[in-house]
Amino acid sequence: MSAPFLKVEGLAKRFPGERGKSDLTVFENIHFGIEKGEFACIIGHSGCGKTTILNVLAGLDEASDGLVIMDGKEVRGPSLDRGVVFQGHALLPWLSALKNVEFGVRSRWPGWSAQQIHAHSTKYLEMVGLGHAMDKKPAELSGGMKQRVGIARAFAIEPKMLLLDEPFGALDALTRGTIQDELLAIVQATHQTVFMITHDVDEAILLADKIVLMSNGPYARIAEIVEVTLPRDRSRATMHHNPQFYRIRNHLVDFLVNRSHDFANGAAVDHDPLHPPLVRPGLESAGAEILPLPSAQQQPPHSNPTRIHKASA
Amino acid sequence: MSDKKPWLAPLLSVLFLALLIGLWQLATKQEQGAVVVDDEYAALIGAAAASGGKSAMPTPADVGAKLWEHLSDPFYDRGTNDKGIGIQLGHSIARVLMGFGLAALVAVPLGFVIGMSPLVYKALDPFIQILKPISPLAWMPLALYIIKDSGISAVFVIFICSLWPMLVNTAFGVASVRRDWINVARTLEVSRLRTAFHVILPAAAPTIMTGMRISIGIAWLVIVAAEMLVGGTGIGYFVWNEWNNLSIANIISAILFIGLIGMLLDNTLARLARAVTYKE
Repeated sequence: MSAPFLKVEGLAKRFPGERGKSDLTVFENIHFGIEKGEFACIIGHSGCGKTTILNVLAGLDEASDGLVIMDGKEVRGPSLDRGVVFQGHALLPWLSALKNVEFGVRSRWPGWSAQQIHAHSTKYLEMVGLGHAMDKKPAELSGGMKQRVGIARAFAIEPKMLLLDEPFGALDALTRGTIQDELLAIVQATHQTVFMITHDVDEAILLADKIVLMSNGPYARIAEIVEVTLPRDRSRATMHHNPQFYRIRNHLVDFLVNRSHDFANGAAVDHDPLHPPLVRPGLESAGAEILPLPSAQQQPPHSNPTRIHKASA
Repeated sequence: MSDKKPWLAPLLSVLFLALLIGLWQLATKQEQGAVVVDDEYAALIGAAAASGGKSAMPTPADVGAKLWEHLSDPFYDRGTNDKGIGIQLGHSIARVLMGFGLAALVAVPLGFVIGMSPLVYKALDPFIQILKPISPLAWMPLALYIIKDSGISAVFVIFICSLWPMLVNTAFGVASVRRDWINVARTLEVSRLRTAFHVILPAAAPTIMTGMRISIGIAWLVIVAAEMLVGGTGIGYFVWNEWNNLSIANIISAILFIGLIGMLLDNTLARLARAVTYKE
């Protein structure tokens, strides 16, 4: 298969302007792809339309232009193929943790018996370490536990792809670290394809295979795609000892602080939105050399990670 | 403070009651033996009238005796104008529950549709705005003319007055269900019907119950007036009948019972509301 598992083509979102004024374009010309089993993070300042992109991927929102193709089919409306973990956990407060998970499982496999649904849901709650709190209502759970239930609910329907909208944004740093580790372990074990919004640079480096950097809105676009060149078996405890970690981190912070607003001002004239540059901070020979993203005909970078690097050297 | 002395509030309540009854007693104290009349005259026109300026206002003891009389035999039936207070209250409660139940059957589904569809909401809003402030009793003559049955007309009046709070609250509750919860159901490909029953209904249930509680309160207020108009049976008719008999003790007893039943209805609905309330 040459096309990536998830392909976003020319996505745009415009809001009609008030009387006489021109339309407000949040983002346009968004092109990117995610391979099967790949973990992609998207980073950008508020207002660049990250959540809108995620909602379009989820089928909850409609783009003004462009299309999304997943597994060879165009995304139209929400589907059990794409599990969503919402920013505000969005658990149904009148149901226990277990019933919240079962709610999705029952919809995914309508033919299952009550015991099957129960066993399946229990398995996923235990996976996120909530075996002891299954019968508690969301109000009785801490913020971290609630988000764990949300993650269990999304994983339990065994979607082809998982969409996470800044899932740890509302959590304290310690809880966030623990759940990041858990998510990392689960994703590594299940080879789940993930698309995640985050504001946290460290979180993105810890979890992602590649990080999509968005320039500021309006007229936001994908500035570049950063490949996380750390070994996949990274952990929060040891990651920061790897010098490569800081090269990537510095690159990301530098982008967010210094360069993310240049695009709207038209500074990046030679920027090709169809092929946003693929960057591997620290591995280019002279500073931040920019590499083009391979086109659809070429091998996807994930399946053959050394290819691009060699080509540039 | 009140946590440490849980008996303080009830004690104060009892004190207030004693004060109230004491004032009442003082206000209705009879001047005994001020007027002396002929025995034969008294036998002719009745002792009360014969003794002159005696007020029809009963003392607390009179009312207490009346209350005991009602409580000891609440369900007797000795003809049209002489039924036990239990039977009269029973008729009123039955009418209220019937009218309220019918209103709920209409208001909850209709409120659901209005809450889900901004179009239907806009289309029906003018009707609701105009019909809602109409005193339910204004419908009474129309109901009597169309239905031609006073009992059913009273139920209709209860139906009309119960309808609006339930309708408006259901629509509001359904319309303000959190977008996230609906989106959860959408991403899980839950059918529209299952979403309505398993997401929107439980989410809006506390608001719907609030509407029901307001409705039953209004219904119980209106039934007394409605029954005064239609007559025949019911606690409203009883009050009016006792006014014609000038039996203030009976009227006061009835007032107390009306308050008591109203409180019970409200408490029942409050308990149901608590059962469907969730903490976020």
